Amino acid sequence: MENLLVAENVYKNFGKFTALNDISISVPKGSIFGLLGPNGAGKTTFIRIINQIMMPDSGKLYLDGEPLQAHHIQNIGYLPEERGLYKSMKVGEQALYLAQLKGLSKTQAKERLKYWFERLDIGNWWDKKIEELSKGMAQKVQFIVTVLHEPKLLIFDEPFSGFDPVNANLIKDEILQLRDDGATIIFSTHRMESVEELCDHIALIHNANKLLDGKLNDIKLTYKSNTYEVGLICSNQKQLKNDLRDRFVLSDANFKTIGDELKVNIKIEANQSPNDLISYLTTKGQMNHFVEVIPSVNDIFIQTVAKK
Amino acid sequence: MRNLKLIIKREYNARVRNKSFIIMTILSPVILVGMVFLVVYLSSLNNEEVRNIAVLDQSELLQDALEDSENLKFIFLDGMDLENAKIISLESKYHGLLYIPHTDSLTALDQNLQFFVEGSPNISAIQYIEKSLNSKLTNLKLEQDGVDLMQIEASKSNVDIHIENYKGEQTSKMSSWIKAIFGGAAGYLLMMFIIIYGNMVMRSVIEEKTNRIIEIIISSVKPYHLMMGKIIGTSLAGITQFLIWVVLGGILLFVATSVFGLQIENSSVANQEMIDQVNNSGLQTVINDILRLPMTTLIISFLFFFIGGYFLYSSFYAAIGAAVDNETDTQQFMFPIIIPLMLAIYVGFFAVIENPHGTVAVVFSYIPLTSPIVMLMRIPFGVPWWEILISLLLLFATFALVVWFAAKIYRVGILMYGKKPTYKELYKWLKY
Repeated sequence: MENLLVAENVYKNFGKFTALNDISISVPKGSIFGLLGPNGAGKTTFIRIINQIMMPDSGKLYLDGEPLQAHHIQNIGYLPEERGLYKSMKVGEQALYLAQLKGLSKTQAKERLKYWFERLDIGNWWDKKIEELSKGMAQKVQFIVTVLHEPKLLIFDEPFSGFDPVNANLIKDEILQLRDDGATIIFSTHRMESVEELCDHIALIHNANKLLDGKLNDIKLTYKSNTYEVGLICSNQKQLKNDLRDRFVLSDANFKTIGDELKVNIKIEANQSPNDLISYLTTKGQMNHFVEVIPSVNDIFIQTVAKK
Repeated sequence: MRNLKLIIKREYNARVRNKSFIIMTILSPVILVGMVFLVVYLSSLNNEEVRNIAVLDQSELLQDALEDSENLKFIFLDGMDLENAKIISLESKYHGLLYIPHTDSLTALDQNLQFFVEGSPNISAIQYIEKSLNSKLTNLKLEQDGVDLMQIEASKSNVDIHIENYKGEQTSKMSSWIKAIFGGAAGYLLMMFIIIYGNMVMRSVIEEKTNRIIEIIISSVKPYHLMMGKIIGTSLAGITQFLIWVVLGGILLFVATSVFGLQIENSSVANQEMIDQVNNSGLQTVINDILRLPMTTLIISFLFFFIGGYFLYSSFYAAIGAAVDNETDTQQFMFPIIIPLMLAIYVGFFAVIENPHGTVAVVFSYIPLTSPIVMLMRIPFGVPWWEILISLLLLFATFALVVWFAAKIYRVGILMYGKKPTYKELYKWLKY
């Protein structure tokens, strides 16, 4: 798959502090790429380097095959985590100004703004000042300004913070729509459930180092531990549990059912087949639940960061 | 370049549409002219009051020396002792009582005069009395010694030197005053402009930081362009305000003088000496002096030195704004900026007016931080064009250097939140 953004061996130091240590990342075209990491990991620094707000100490970046240059800014839309607008400026005027800074002509900007204002249901805000709007309302304006110049690459840093659930959902749908329309999206967040929901690729940065990256499903495959969640209906649960413990590694499972069955997690060796496990278990009682345990992004995140 | 233009336009509009800008621009000339008239009106009120002064002359020598003036009326008390005279003058609410004791010798008299007053005496009244008695006493003494007063009157001279330059143009004695006033006003105006508009640049940088819009903007434009756009846009707003003031002030003064006649010129000039000189050398020569000032040079230089000086200082202001999170934290960094400005004003008012081409004045009109103000003050006294050129070149070269440093601090500072940086940290930012 073709990559829209490629970073090669990017280093960045602030005095003695290392912010980025040999970061290489490839963002495939048309993907939603999750950039994950704890606070202070270096995510924002990396994003700022992509936006050419900062220059890397060394390393190379390519956008759509070309070395990253000043004019590429028009192909990038960036919604920073720390975001705001001029308080005493009118919404329409401000959006026009920011759109023109991104290279749109005034008429073009006006046209597209009208479209987006209608779409997000804020058409009557044009002449309001930002200080008259709520935080969530201002965020909608910021979102529009970010996507207005139809950039190839969109970078959202914690896009959902400040939105109520209804508007967060609205923005999420807009992001998916933008991806379907051909944009590539880098998505930086702490909220793992939205990563799970949206991202198809991720990279995890911790203490300036990249710990892992790749397709989300591939990463999950490598992190799965051949563990299965099992529910068995039998007469003597205690006896069965002891039998199982002699053959497998067991742990307590926690899932909801309506019956009263034995619930366990069973881990098998990599060379064992789950089919054999099923055949064995069916001899012990009636099986009503059998699911492979797939690690969540949250688990992977915590596991990887804790390991270091 | 397109973005720079957009930023300049936005900054200009943001300044000019600000309510306080509009109010200040319109009200300032009104307030200024109003104040002038208030002062004139009040001082004329003050002068209209007539003071009664009782005089008890027991020597009977000096009565005819005291003539009533516009503001003073003398009431002569005869045939009573000092105690009674005091009671009368107090009861009649006279301004004071002048007591001239009986004397045999004229020489003893001038130290024995007394003036009784409730509260504090009016200075000009005392001066008037002293002056009148002085000349009378002198004449009396001269007469006593047998000198012919007519002869003395005839021998008095009135020297009035006519000053001309070598080209034969007549100048008034006011000439150096006029030059100092024009130079001083230009320099002072420039300083005020630098401080007021420099502060605006700084506040606007801080505003972008606290609004958190800064990162959105610099993902589209270079921080350097944003900073320059801000400085240029704000300076244009300043020029707009200045021009409006000039026009408004001119109109207001014109209207006021044609309504009230020429009252201001008669009463508002405080300095008696200056009025004398004006009267002596004639208003015409003064006007000629003003017309003969190197006005074109002054105006063009004002423009260039304003641009250079304002740009130089507002780069500092922009860097400071970027380094801090709120205005209260700016104090420690403001100090080093205000110092050279104050120094320039002091050098201007003391060294330049005393000796416009002395070493101190010349050196400070080359040093870039003080040159805009000091050079502007020197220009009315006549400065060769190459001196101005060198000074300007130095100024703009320094500006180029400073703006480079300021941009580095700005670039790092606008993304820094939290604690107030030290000078050491600012130095580190230069290397990021």
